[in-house]
Amino acid sequence: MFGRAKTLLLGAIVASFVLQLLSGYINPYYLDVLTGIGINIILAVSLNLINGYTGQFSLGHAGFMAVGAYTSAAVSIFLGPHFLSALGNGNAAISVLFLLALLTGGIVAAIAGIFVGAPSLRLKGDYLAIVTLGFGEIIRVIFRNIPSLGGALGLNGIPDYTNLFWVFSFAALTIYAVTAMVNSTFGRGFLAVHDNEVAAEAMGLNPTKYKMVAFVVGAFFAGIAGGLYGHFKMSIDPKGFGFLKSIEIVVMVILGGMGNTVGVIIAAIVLTLLPEVLRPVEDYRMIIYSLLLIILMLVRPQGLFTPRKRALAERKTT
Amino acid sequence: MNEFLQQLLNGLSLGAIYALIALGYTMVYGVLRFINFAHSDVFMVGAFAGYYLSRYFPKASLPGGFAVLIGAMLICALLGIVIERLAYRPLRSHSKLNVLITAIGVSLFLENTGQFIFGAAPKPSPVLFPFKLFNFGGLVLSSNQIAVFVVTIVLLISLHFIVMRTKIGTAMRALSFNPVAASLVGINNDIVISFTFGLGSALAGAGGILYSMNYPAIDPLMGILPGLKAFVAAVLGGIGNIPGAALGGVLIGVIESFSNGSHWSTWTDAIAFTLLILILLFRPSGLLGKLEVEKV
Amino acid sequence: MKYWRGLILAPVLLLLCTTACNKSGGGSTAGGDTIKVGEFASLTGSEAAFGQASHKGTQLAIDEINAGGGVLGKKIDLIYDDNQSMQGQSATIVRKLITRDNVIAILGEVASGRSLEAAPVCQQFKIPQISPSSTNPKVTEMGDYIFRVCFIDPFQGTVMAKFAKDTLKAKRVAVLSDAASAYSDGLQKYFKEKFIADGGEIVVDQKYSSGDKDFKAQLTAIKAANPDAIFVPGYYTEAGLIVLQARQLGITNSLFGGDGWEGPPLIQIGGDALQGCYFSTHYSSENKSPEVQEFVKKFQAKYNGETPDAMAALGYDSAMVLADAIKRAGTTDSAKLRDAIAATKDFPGVTGKTTLDEHRNASKAAVIITIKDGHFAYVETINP
Repeated sequence: MFGRAKTLLLGAIVASFVLQLLSGYINPYYLDVLTGIGINIILAVSLNLINGYTGQFSLGHAGFMAVGAYTSAAVSIFLGPHFLSALGNGNAAISVLFLLALLTGGIVAAIAGIFVGAPSLRLKGDYLAIVTLGFGEIIRVIFRNIPSLGGALGLNGIPDYTNLFWVFSFAALTIYAVTAMVNSTFGRGFLAVHDNEVAAEAMGLNPTKYKMVAFVVGAFFAGIAGGLYGHFKMSIDPKGFGFLKSIEIVVMVILGGMGNTVGVIIAAIVLTLLPEVLRPVEDYRMIIYSLLLIILMLVRPQGLFTPRKRALAERKTT
Repeated sequence: MNEFLQQLLNGLSLGAIYALIALGYTMVYGVLRFINFAHSDVFMVGAFAGYYLSRYFPKASLPGGFAVLIGAMLICALLGIVIERLAYRPLRSHSKLNVLITAIGVSLFLENTGQFIFGAAPKPSPVLFPFKLFNFGGLVLSSNQIAVFVVTIVLLISLHFIVMRTKIGTAMRALSFNPVAASLVGINNDIVISFTFGLGSALAGAGGILYSMNYPAIDPLMGILPGLKAFVAAVLGGIGNIPGAALGGVLIGVIESFSNGSHWSTWTDAIAFTLLILILLFRPSGLLGKLEVEKV
Repeated sequence: MKYWRGLILAPVLLLLCTTACNKSGGGSTAGGDTIKVGEFASLTGSEAAFGQASHKGTQLAIDEINAGGGVLGKKIDLIYDDNQSMQGQSATIVRKLITRDNVIAILGEVASGRSLEAAPVCQQFKIPQISPSSTNPKVTEMGDYIFRVCFIDPFQGTVMAKFAKDTLKAKRVAVLSDAASAYSDGLQKYFKEKFIADGGEIVVDQKYSSGDKDFKAQLTAIKAANPDAIFVPGYYTEAGLIVLQARQLGITNSLFGGDGWEGPPLIQIGGDALQGCYFSTHYSSENKSPEVQEFVKKFQAKYNGETPDAMAALGYDSAMVLADAIKRAGTTDSAKLRDAIAATKDFPGVTGKTTLDEHRNASKAAVIITIKDGHFAYVETINP
């Protein structure tokens, strides 16, 4: 089983590479949308680990994205020139720099995850939701007040290193990491904590440890997604990482069915495409989007893609 | 000293409005255990209802102003009841998360439909009550701010009376303790829930009118930030606790006011949340909330 | 099998996406018999007044040009899109206009922050961008394909500093600026530099964020410092509220600002409180010169009697300058078009003679407007 998963992962990375080579033939607008899809997949799958599998309702995911975006941008902008002048400006050097920037972003986001997780995880349900939302906003305000990172005006001039290869490779990596974690023996703990925290503790598991791990891993990948996002849009702004963005990601997770990775991926794709598809009806775009959300919830509350309501409890590992 | 008092006054007036909105959040949560994301948009509808209603009543007059206020409250109450009936009731047996998403959908729907119908550009809100500035030796208080205090206090007292002294209020409290037991003793849960929504929405509508009186630029997205802060206020005071919501609202209003007037004004948004996190760390159920023990 | 519903839904949506995409209808091939020009503007949202005005001016110019036979024998097809006054949309819109709609130039935007978002994209694809009224200097610094037909904030800040000192006779000024707007932040910086250099004193420096409604806290702090006048370099929505709340707090001094004040909502919101306040802008419809009056008449004829403001006039000029450059270049080839735009000299615009300098900015006079009895009234012109 694991052997097969790792082969799939490698295959996905190679496929991304090929896709990138072909990207010259794809219309840049479609390229844009594809990149957006990839980034949203990373965000949704990483949040799924926290919200879906471990059952912790986090509304501050965009905050981790922001940390990753700003940190990686800072590495590219401030350390980049020194790095590149030392190693030459070739593609290899840029790739190393970008990888470095992304990983730094992810790690700092993971550290932020520790800071956010520590006080929040003793709270339950709705309180946890509002506290994580609060942290998301606090992170946003912090970045708004750092002048060297652009402050309220945003950070411009981020080099556009993101391409299809990076985005889809990391998407594949995120999917692999989350799925492998959850399917492992350790990972059963996540589901146990979700189903019944008190019972899990009675069985000898430490719920706080699992919640923290979920938070930190989720934050790490959100940070990576943030870094990819920053080097894609070439300019980032604190306003774009507010709780509305967090809610966008939460909707993807819930629509896909909490704890259902394939469903979440499809939901991420659909919800990224939907605003673009609706552009011709620009004026009604958001009205239709919100109506669809309501109708979807009324008609299929278990998410679009979960076959049964209690699917999580009874699902077989794929 | 004068500046301090003035900022305090500003903060109390802002806090009163947050308190009104927070009351709605906390009431719905108390009875249904769910966060009504669309509440902040009912607040916005209240403000717009006032904008259109004021055309039928004399401007800048006490009776006219009250008529608009009551009218807006009624419209919002109706809106709240309709939303509950259509979007939340069918999901009552489902997980809370689904209702949450539906609430988000309703919120987005109201905001975007509002933008479509009213246009996204800010509109000037009409003068409802006759405007006068009162000057107490350097301290400035406007008649609009006085209106905010008076209306808020009246509504608070009325709410307290309804919840504590009337039959339906008792039913609400029973429902918040245990919905199943409540229906067993003959309470019609559906009616009580509708009533709760209507009441909470009416308060939001009042908040919308008072807000638009003091900050006369209304737009379809005006509810988002005040709604978020009021929600924080409700949680701060202990979600489900009515006096707590009022306390939380005033606290946040005052702190915001002092923060905005200082060098830290760009950190104001973060301050409300930091306060919330700190308080929840030491009192996980909020300032006045009851600690819920989980029984297994 | 298990996910059949989802698996059907997803490809269907993808199919929809590839077919249902072109907003401006037919003509998605390059060249052809029209010249495609792209425009991005804030047609809805908090700065909708700016975007609508500027778009109307641009549309008027395009219609006029097409009525006269177009440029280089072809009609101009204006493809425009709305960024909803929000961050994050402009870059995607501009990229779509350039790569899918194949426009040869981009017109936009009024707000400096959003022009800054789009500029790197235009520069990357080497498509000239002409901003009608973004005044932050950084916009044209983004690259040599980025132009503007208006003055820049270092000039505007200087103008208001001189105005404060000479006309308002203010020695001690308080500044209340928007920390979330590139425009406001830049303008207050330049104002302060010049005002202090001329011997004035900034007694209080307060900030707010666009979208805020309550400024009483900041205004209370300002009142306590007792300035001679208050500089508010923000956009009209907040400016209106600020002036209103200032008066409610008992502040009687003059408040003044920059071209961001110019929008009908300013008076709708601020009302009588605005009496005796001032702001700088690019043009006044009361200008008696024949070009301006003719433009005003044409605009009123097309738009139901509406009088054009500075944003509309600049939107008009940006399109006219572009058309003129296309004519001079004799081609829509991007490099030659860029050079032709850069060579614009003494173009007779309705906002004044427009010459683009080596930084691709225009050097124009500023006009001071005051609010009297509920409408804008011209005070004076200040030349560079």
